[in-house]
Amino acid sequence: MLALAAVSAAQDEGNLPFLIVGLWVLLLAVFVGFEVISKVPPTLHTPLMSGSNAISGITIVGALYCATEGYPGFAKVLGFLAIALATINVVGGFVVTDRMLRMFGRKGPRGKGRG
Amino acid sequence: MAEAVPHLALAGDTSVELAYMAAALAFIVGIRRLSGVRTAAAGNRVAALGMLVAIGATLALLWRFDALWIVAGGMGAGALVGWLLATRVPMTAMPEMVALLNGFGGAASLLVALSEVDHFRAHPATDTETLVFRFSAAHSVVGGPDYATAVVLSILIGAVTFSGSLVAWSKLAGKVKGNRLWGLGQKPVNALLALVAIGLAVWAGYFAGADGAMLWASLALALIALVLGIGLVVPIGGADMPVVISLLNSYSGIAAMTTGFVLRNNLLIVAGSLVGASGIILTRIMCRAMNRSL
Repeated sequence: MLALAAVSAAQDEGNLPFLIVGLWVLLLAVFVGFEVISKVPPTLHTPLMSGSNAISGITIVGALYCATEGYPGFAKVLGFLAIALATINVVGGFVVTDRMLRMFGRKGPRGKGRG
Repeated sequence: MAEAVPHLALAGDTSVELAYMAAALAFIVGIRRLSGVRTAAAGNRVAALGMLVAIGATLALLWRFDALWIVAGGMGAGALVGWLLATRVPMTAMPEMVALLNGFGGAASLLVALSEVDHFRAHPATDTETLVFRFSAAHSVVGGPDYATAVVLSILIGAVTFSGSLVAWSKLAGKVKGNRLWGLGQKPVNALLALVAIGLAVWAGYFAGADGAMLWASLALALIALVLGIGLVVPIGGADMPVVISLLNSYSGIAAMTTGFVLRNNLLIVAGSLVGASGIILTRIMCRAMNRSL
């Protein structure tokens, strides 16, 4: 297994195999993800969930690969569906979040005395 | 040859990578600002801008599209449906809408992984090569244990996220009641499904040959994972559903992250991990607010 990983790594260009770079990126991104959410007021739980859901639509970047050459017909059909679904996720997600946040006036959620 | 897809960027890969970094920064700033009442609306806009940059950069990266209609049609249809869903839905239906949208994202990750299996199979080589053992300097597809693991994980997590989110949506929308669906939902059944899924994952990734078994193994894995997703979410009551949706939200981020390892795309790894990690924290926060444990 390790030998295979080494061969796979050797076929990458550059100094570091993508897997190693990717794992570094993963490590730091996870840390950022943990730290970036500190105190969230309960009124923001759902909008934050909705906003990060929209960001998870980043999978559209992966879906776009399916429309490139080299992908056979079946793969392209799956890719079309993936692009459509991911776009729904993205557009719907950001619009829904925006709608939720419109209920918040400058001074905080409407209907409450203070923000 | 490190990339799975031949591509040609407009101004070289560097500008695409820099754009990706800007997008990642926008996502981080956006999520941060979404945690504060005054900054939340701006945070959403920043994140949306980041997504725009990410999509634009990817289009530039992959600009030699084989079938442009797939891109245009898919994005056009998706944007329209997404817009309609988001604007037509009443405010009270918001949480279930988040679940539904999240499910679509998970489905997309699943489909991309399956598409990648088919892509892998399509390149000429001997019939017995598996996702792990295919090394092909002559062709543009490179396998490897990391590739194989990432592909089967994407299938597994994407499928569970998709079906689980659909169950969450239908429960909140009042379409499904109760703790069981066709006998699913009980812990031993779930455990069995999970074991079968893991077995299929190992088979699909490491042993199934490209001649045909690989695709069927992957599809079988997807199917079992879909059933597992139903079984995991069905027993949960409506009051706990928002917490579950937050957890599923995190899973869809993890699915995007594993897709990043498949396609060797750093932005997928970053954004996916961001959503995955922040989703777990948010789930914990929501649990504590409800005084419940996970």
